Amino acid sequence: MIQDFADWLVYGLFGMSADTAAGVAVNFFFYDTIKILILLFFISVLMGIINAYFPIERLRKYLVTHKMYGLQYFLASLFGAITPFCSCSSIPLFIGFVKGGIPLGVTFAFLITSPLVNEVAVAMFLGSFGLKVTLVYVISGIILGMVGGFVLGRFKLEPYLTDWVKRIQADSSLQSEEWEKDSTSFLKRFPTIVRDAWKIVKGVLVYILIGIGIGAFMHGFVPEGFFEQYMSKDNWYAVPLSVILAVPMYANAAGIVPVIEVFVAKGIPVGTAIAFMMAVVGLSLPEATLLKKVMTWKLIGIFFGTVAFFIILSGYLFNQIL
Amino acid sequence: MEIKVLGPGCAKCKSTYNAIEKVIRENNLDVKLVKIDDIEQIMNYNIMTTPAVVVDEEVKIKGHVPSESEVRKLLGI
Repeated sequence: MIQDFADWLVYGLFGMSADTAAGVAVNFFFYDTIKILILLFFISVLMGIINAYFPIERLRKYLVTHKMYGLQYFLASLFGAITPFCSCSSIPLFIGFVKGGIPLGVTFAFLITSPLVNEVAVAMFLGSFGLKVTLVYVISGIILGMVGGFVLGRFKLEPYLTDWVKRIQADSSLQSEEWEKDSTSFLKRFPTIVRDAWKIVKGVLVYILIGIGIGAFMHGFVPEGFFEQYMSKDNWYAVPLSVILAVPMYANAAGIVPVIEVFVAKGIPVGTAIAFMMAVVGLSLPEATLLKKVMTWKLIGIFFGTVAFFIILSGYLFNQIL
Repeated sequence: MEIKVLGPGCAKCKSTYNAIEKVIRENNLDVKLVKIDDIEQIMNYNIMTTPAVVVDEEVKIKGHVPSESEVRKLLGI
């Protein structure tokens, strides 16, 4: 349907030819932009509803009071995936977990997945790569958080927290906070949620347009299989290289996915592309600066190193199975 | 009355601050509005999600940007 509209607009109304590179590029631009904006809006509304009703305090209490034989890593990681808090909420949540006496490894599981799986990334993936790759991305993001958190938990990293966090951890106790009942009704809240979703879309709109613009240009003008000669599946260092390149890059998912989509279409293996994406979104220098408040540089290094290692592993794995 | 907006400085925290400021200004209220972006101070209020709004040292809103009617309710108008 969207494709029909894009065809009508570009080939009909604009009178461009479907056989020229420019025609293909402009068509791709309109098609992708419309599709992704619609997806992003609806996913943001959905996440907003979850966010408004998610019982964070209750979950924290549950994690502390129940012995779960490893399941707590899964819950923390899943929680990181479905909560669409803005990046700066990650730190208060981190402290909130530490304060509640939740083990550091479980807290890390949350901290890894939280930026990795978010509404913008999911919408962009769905729009650009379809359902299968999106599911692989989301599920592996959650597993990555679990495994990473578990491994980091084994390292005994508590001494590398900053002093005031250590103090908090020392007198951690579960305040018997009453779970506040939210009295605002759904109907009253819904307009706010929609408004917030619209704000998210507006906030990333310019990145989406730039990303799709670059993607569309490459889509029309770069020949099929162009990148294959540089980054094929057999190239063993392609995955680690793309992960390392991704860390200093701070692009949000909105700008980077449309470009990656075209890279994949032109011959870069999906696994390498997903690993790159994960590293761009999950490991960023601005995030490191935020974390500096709660961790020493050494701990940030260990944290990033471990996560990068697992991202590289999953990159190889995806190249094998996808 | 003193209102504190807690948030490390993301877009949502800014729009929360602006929303409250707007209502105060439009109604000429005698309210002290402060922005707290230091994470250590924020954590003293025992919250896990930002932005949060504190009215006279009591956390009233956490985790979302308040709508204008919510702000009015907070301010008692």
